[in-house]
Amino acid sequence: MRGGQESIVIRTICRLAVPFVQIFGLYVIMHGHSSPGGGFQGGVILAASFMLLAIGDSLEEARRRFSTKAVTVLLSAGVLIYASIGVVCLVLGANFLDYGILPVPEPRNIGMLGIEIGVGATVMAATVSIFNDLITFE
Amino acid sequence: MKYLNLVVTGLTGLLLILGSLGMPETGDPQSPASLHVSPRYIEQGLEETIVPNMVTAVLADYRSFDTLGEATVIFTGALTVLLILRTGRKDEAEDS
Repeated sequence: MRGGQESIVIRTICRLAVPFVQIFGLYVIMHGHSSPGGGFQGGVILAASFMLLAIGDSLEEARRRFSTKAVTVLLSAGVLIYASIGVVCLVLGANFLDYGILPVPEPRNIGMLGIEIGVGATVMAATVSIFNDLITFE
Repeated sequence: MKYLNLVVTGLTGLLLILGSLGMPETGDPQSPASLHVSPRYIEQGLEETIVPNMVTAVLADYRSFDTLGEATVIFTGALTVLLILRTGRKDEAEDS
């Protein structure tokens, strides 16, 4: 693992596959409220792309594209996004996480999309963080 | 003492099995859950949440506080692994 993947075929194929996996993960998150999918599934797909990079290329390459600091920030930011959407609804005079009152067009869809993005960020960062911690543990 | 443990475990298991016999059958249309909550979600879900996907309507709207808890559980899990496994000697380990 530490020296990186030796085979040029595996390295190239993994690097080529990563953008497609990530696009699919984003699609699953963004369409979570109107079709099967959502934050949990999409977040795991996004995390799988970074795992593929770490296994197929090298951990350093995966770390260069998605640094440990960014992982930790996203891990907290996801839950923060989710909870703050709920608090905004509360401040505007509705119940906690009652999206109907948000001052945007189609507030319920936008509110659900917001929390799906929050869940997706947390799940992706959590999975990548656990994976990185486990394979670097001495 | 060992046999006492066995008896207690067996009795608890027997009680749980007896209790499970009283539960409604899977998919029973006359069970309380099917009579009150499910029809409301199926009939009113589209009007109330404006989401065509019923699973998301329950997960992200009716039960969104539960989903916030799920996200927090995942966050806490990753944080625990981070605190236990990340020793702070990572940079040295990467050099070697």
